[in-house]
Amino acid sequence: MSTEIEIRIGLKSGMADPEGANVQKALNLLGFENVNTVKSAKCYRVVIDGNQETALAEAEKMCQRLLANPVVHDYSIAVAD
Amino acid sequence: MLDPSEIRVGVIRIEGTNCEDESAAAFSSLGCNVEKVHLKQLLGDVEKSNCRNLMDYDALYFPGGFSSGDYIRAGAIFASRVKSGLKSQVDEYINEGRPVLGVCNGFQILVEMGALPGTDSGTTVAPNAVLHTNDSNRFEARHVHLRVESKSQSFFTKNYDTNQVLSVPNAHAEGKLMMDKSQFEELEKNNQIAFRYCDKDGQLNPGYPWNPNGVAHDIAGITNPKGNVLGMMPHPERVFHGWQHTDWTSSGMNPEGPGHGRPLFEGVVDFLCQ
Repeated sequence: MSTEIEIRIGLKSGMADPEGANVQKALNLLGFENVNTVKSAKCYRVVIDGNQETALAEAEKMCQRLLANPVVHDYSIAVAD
Repeated sequence: MLDPSEIRVGVIRIEGTNCEDESAAAFSSLGCNVEKVHLKQLLGDVEKSNCRNLMDYDALYFPGGFSSGDYIRAGAIFASRVKSGLKSQVDEYINEGRPVLGVCNGFQILVEMGALPGTDSGTTVAPNAVLHTNDSNRFEARHVHLRVESKSQSFFTKNYDTNQVLSVPNAHAEGKLMMDKSQFEELEKNNQIAFRYCDKDGQLNPGYPWNPNGVAHDIAGITNPKGNVLGMMPHPERVFHGWQHTDWTSSGMNPEGPGHGRPLFEGVVDFLCQ
């Protein structure tokens, strides 16, 4: 049995997000003038051997040890649709 | 006491490192015995005859580049591979006070390993700092000015004059050192700041573009509390010789003389030859 987990890594609130700011500027220049904020985030889909409970616990450890840097990142973990 | 020719320097590489040649050349120009060693050789993931032992090197050098394509975060994958099989050796290496240098991507690797800003126990399980995207969101590549911090007690900086202003090439997109405010205070208190960005006259708080990434306190390079691990974003190995300075013809610098990066490497050799 395997479970697909979606891990989303984003910047903590209040963190400068130069990539998001740059995307927002580009969208505004393209005429999307109603875009007032863009936040960048990364998404990983990880297939893990085991049931949902095991997979969620493993994904939590992955975030702590590699995928997120606790100084700047928040993350969310969910079973993929 | 070692003779320079007896010093073994390991320049550690994996896929995507691209500064290993000039990094090795800096130390070999000082007479050291330098080996560019693939991480797999240290992890024992190659034929036995090609395996190497981390502890056999007198100094370690994590060179610049884009290790593993900078996937996840710059340096994160290299750091995780080191920690997966060599954590206890790296901790021992650092705790013994042996020199470890990380430049650019190497600095990012040392931070992701938790070797910098560093604790008394070597590396940490999770990093407690990050080298974050430049405020400009651009790859900033040019010579920058660095001020050698007078309070730095490390052998890496001891061959520079107090507050000497250096011109050193810089090339990165993620170089903004970030950590808790209290940790910045610790850096100051422990004299761990080795280099700061400054303007051409050595003035601090120069703003962009002198400070290429927006880092607080203009920090360009730090050591661990003991001073035997140095990470810095600019590339001293790219100005080992005078002729490597882009302005040597107009500045009056002797092209055959030392570049601004050379004293850093000499500091390591002097330390090991003491």
